[in-house]
Amino acid sequence: MTTSATQPDQQTQKKTGPIDWGLDFFALIGGGILNFLAAVGRLGGFAGRSVMHCFSPPFYPSQFMRQLTDIGYYSLPVVGMTALFTGMVLALQSYTGFTRFNAESAIAGVVVLSITRELSPVLAGLMVAGRVGAAIAAEIGTMRVTEQIDALRTLSVNPFKYLIAPRVIAATLTLPILVLVGDIIGVYGGYLVSVNSLGFSAASYLTQTWDVVTRMDIVSGLWKAGVFGFIVAIMGCYHGFNSARGAQGVGAATTNAVVSSSILILIFNYLLTQIFFS
Amino acid sequence: MSEQDQSNEQQKLVLTNVSKTFGTNTVLNNLDLSVPAGKSLVVIGGSGTGKSVMLKCILGLLEPDTGSILIDGQESVKADPKVRGDFMKKFGMLFQGAALFDSLKIWENVAFGLIHGQGMDKKQAKAIAIEKIIAVGLKPEVAELFPAELSGGMQKRVGLARAVATSPEIIFFDEPTTGLDPIMADVINDLIVEQVQGLGATALSITHDMASARKIADYVAMIFEGQIIWKGRVEDLDHSGNPYVEQFIHGRADGPITRRVA
Repeated sequence: MTTSATQPDQQTQKKTGPIDWGLDFFALIGGGILNFLAAVGRLGGFAGRSVMHCFSPPFYPSQFMRQLTDIGYYSLPVVGMTALFTGMVLALQSYTGFTRFNAESAIAGVVVLSITRELSPVLAGLMVAGRVGAAIAAEIGTMRVTEQIDALRTLSVNPFKYLIAPRVIAATLTLPILVLVGDIIGVYGGYLVSVNSLGFSAASYLTQTWDVVTRMDIVSGLWKAGVFGFIVAIMGCYHGFNSARGAQGVGAATTNAVVSSSILILIFNYLLTQIFFS
Repeated sequence: MSEQDQSNEQQKLVLTNVSKTFGTNTVLNNLDLSVPAGKSLVVIGGSGTGKSVMLKCILGLLEPDTGSILIDGQESVKADPKVRGDFMKKFGMLFQGAALFDSLKIWENVAFGLIHGQGMDKKQAKAIAIEKIIAVGLKPEVAELFPAELSGGMQKRVGLARAVATSPEIIFFDEPTTGLDPIMADVINDLIVEQVQGLGATALSITHDMASARKIADYVAMIFEGQIIWKGRVEDLDHSGNPYVEQFIHGRADGPITRRVA
């Protein structure tokens, strides 16, 4: 009787010892790392399977055209506006900084390099992640919850080919085109401010822009855009496809798609910049 | 006696020792079930007893942990994608919530399996789709509407038209009358009987609606805790001698089936 009464106390004392707290702490970290690696594995498997289905028939051209319109055409206004105001702000900010060093002549170069190399692809990627990534996750998540994905399978249609592949191909192809348009609009934004507000001559601004920019500056931005498009589509599809039940599940899938694709865009932007310019 | 009757008939679908566990929750526990060719078998059982999981295992949407599922005598568990594709072409399925594709018109929903599954010409598929839409009691004008423009009962009818459009050999019905008023539920039951008999198909339905089970079944099986605990002809349902079946069909709170409230 006495023994059984004292045992729990001893166990409690043991459990709250500093060594046990330390072990619990490391177990928590270890569990977190294992979960993270498992999630990376699942995502990698999903991405690999998606890419495989992009290149194997049957293809669904009508689905691809629909996605091309949804992802590309309807993103044009938001990407264009972002690029225009970014170019304008960049010219203004550069002017206020560069006048301190009498380096106003570098503004055209700074605007065009910043826009083509970094700002246009990254901002377009982030805007498309918010607009398209969320829409993809919500649509596919709703299809999962309402058994429409199961229905596709029972109708002998592979959901990877019908739902995922058209979105991945469309996003990967259209984002570079959006970024190219964004490059032109962004540089034009800088030109507008520089010529109309800052007193630059139109001809000299354009000449300086043309002299500074190289093919690699533009091409590197377009490659980045292709990778970002792929990331946005894959993350939207992955989170939608694995959406939990109910409105809350679809909501969480949408949030996760936008957050994870935005973070991956920033990480891959650094890695690609390192590859292109180091 | 009823089991003997069944064993004399050619079996279209045979499940043997099928088990499925999610984490620590065993949903199907060595389940055995067979469906005779050309007959309609209804599986009854409460919520959470494994009805939907069983259906998903047969359809290949879930992989059972152990056991065998024979379709026309051919093993479907762990079948390669081509064989699975061949099985899918034999299936038609009416989902609980109809599961119509929101972005497609009604006729495109009905013709979906014909166009994408069988590679049929769009014009021909549309003609068949409209034929099926009329067969389930809807006006042909409905063909040009979108699913969101239809009532729940109309969506169920469209789901039924889609399930039978490809003239499948086996049709699955997942809670076909859930969420419908009693009259509409009876209309759907009549349509199910009419369509299944018209095609000469084998049907497997899951439901907890006893009126529906009595109307569409040739055979009834009861699932409880992941196992089939009784099966027999629908005529034998009222004198099954099984306390679980009797409690369930009479909807009594007292009996061997207890519901724990957390």
